[in-house]
Amino acid sequence: MTTLSRPTRLPARRGPRRGDRAFAAGTRWAGIAIVSLLVGIAIVLAVESWPAWRAFGTGLLTGTTWDPTRDIYGAVPFIVGTLATAFIAVVIAAPVGLLTAIYLAEFADRRLATPLTFTIELLAAIPSVVLGLWGIFVLAPLLRDTLDAFVIAALGWIPLFAGPSYGFGVSTAGVILAIMILPTIVSIGREVLRSVPAAQREAMYGLGATRWEVATRAVLPYARSGVVGAVILGLGRALGETLAVTMVIGNTDAIPTSVFSQGQSIASKIAVTFNESTGLQSESLVGLGLILLAMTLLLNAAARLLVARTARGPRR
Amino acid sequence: MIGAVPARDATLAERLRAGRSPRRRAVDRAGRGLALAATLACVVPLAAVLFFVVAKGAGALNLDLLTKPAKALGTGGGALQSWLGTVQMVGLATLIAVPVGIAAGIYVSEFAGHRAARAIRFASDVMVGVPSILVGIFVYVLLVLPFRQFNAFAGSVALAVIIVPVIQRTTEEVLGLVPRELREGSLALGVPSWRTTLSVVLPTARAGVLTGVMLGVARAAGETAPLLFTALGSRLVNIGGFGEPMDSLTLFIYNGARSPIAALNDQAWGAALLLLLLVLGINVSVRLRSMGGVRA
Repeated sequence: MTTLSRPTRLPARRGPRRGDRAFAAGTRWAGIAIVSLLVGIAIVLAVESWPAWRAFGTGLLTGTTWDPTRDIYGAVPFIVGTLATAFIAVVIAAPVGLLTAIYLAEFADRRLATPLTFTIELLAAIPSVVLGLWGIFVLAPLLRDTLDAFVIAALGWIPLFAGPSYGFGVSTAGVILAIMILPTIVSIGREVLRSVPAAQREAMYGLGATRWEVATRAVLPYARSGVVGAVILGLGRALGETLAVTMVIGNTDAIPTSVFSQGQSIASKIAVTFNESTGLQSESLVGLGLILLAMTLLLNAAARLLVARTARGPRR
Repeated sequence: MIGAVPARDATLAERLRAGRSPRRRAVDRAGRGLALAATLACVVPLAAVLFFVVAKGAGALNLDLLTKPAKALGTGGGALQSWLGTVQMVGLATLIAVPVGIAAGIYVSEFAGHRAARAIRFASDVMVGVPSILVGIFVYVLLVLPFRQFNAFAGSVALAVIIVPVIQRTTEEVLGLVPRELREGSLALGVPSWRTTLSVVLPTARAGVLTGVMLGVARAAGETAPLLFTALGSRLVNIGGFGEPMDSLTLFIYNGARSPIAALNDQAWGAALLLLLLVLGINVSVRLRSMGGVRA
């Protein structure tokens, strides 16, 4: 809103302008504080994890063992755990979320779409720890006895789907994450779809297309990059989610070999170990944090660019 | 379809010209049915979580849970120390975050040049996406390590770091909705611009700013990860002792859920019901009002 700042330069008198300048400077510091918080987090994580990077080099990034007794630390089990859970979450939440966004933006009556969107966005307000509690006592046993058992019976001969399932593991964490990122994908996806110009739809209707054809052939392709952005924002949220994952992933420091394996994400590893660790292990944990920060920053920046691009229309 | 390959467009146009065949109508109906099913599927988890939290928490959310502190060991106590801790830490976090967030929102909306505004907006958006556990480590290094003591002040600061961007973004957005004529009218009367901002623009946008603050409060009340390495949690009632560890409802739920003792599991459900009432209550009331009333 740069246009709004112009009137502040209008008053010609001396006195008030001094007050204005002080006020503008004061609010400016608040703005600087926010930028420096972000930079500060990155610097603190880098500085605090420096001894670990010096000890292991890129080995911290590529090492596959995490062994406090030998003081060797590698991030691979947790990177795999993080990516696997986030991947499962996106595989579930992206189609469901996008279909929902299409329904809300294209098909639903306005009077129905507003309360439905409201309800789905409420899902995002449920604290992570409450979802984790529900995950431990409701979702994990339920999945173990139904979906997991079914998949193991049908596809168990493929190592990726090999049992047994304890209920607590990578797949359950993925399902919880899917629930957590659904609202993100739905509400941003809906906004993106609604920003598609009406002419895009009208032209297609003019050709005699059905509503489904309009939504999938005229609206969705036009909003493509924004839709991808919505999914990536969801993915970014899934990568850093801590509590709910910690409570259902099983907390085992091994590279998961099956979707039902117990594992550990970067965030859950930090959550359960940081307070009990000292020295090199503690510094390596902060190193894990730095890796996580880099992952989420990259995804967020990419997602925002894509969402912003949709507002300008599709690329030719 | 603008970015499409011409050949595909041709076949599509031909098919469209052929009229709405029964097959296309069936696809249309199936697709719309699928979209409706997906929408309903999104509502199921919310309903399921609410159902179980109410069903399992209603019995445990009693006077004992609200008025008694936890016993040192075993069961029988309550969660007095937890909700007191949440109220205190969220309160202090709000006191820290509100001035900074609103001031930064004012700066971006009223004073900042194009580039500064973009930088701060970007930083805020990214901050919202930074995993909260990393904020926990950040504040641990700055406010716990130097004192060699987990403390509630650090917990409050960690929560403040998390809600500042929320308040900044909402403030900026609602200030942008204030009509320019209001500012110009005030400035034309000779009111300096700082007073115009504080006495004309901000009051006009009051409801929207309050919405941002309340959403921030709800977010802070539901956070656990940033408190793990800062406030740590405690079984003791701590009133005003910001230099010592403090419990929160979320930490109480986390510890209760992981406990092997069934009675503590039950208490976790009770605390979860209390927390949900607080967080969803704030969200519903604030959002309903901002949907129904004037936006700015």
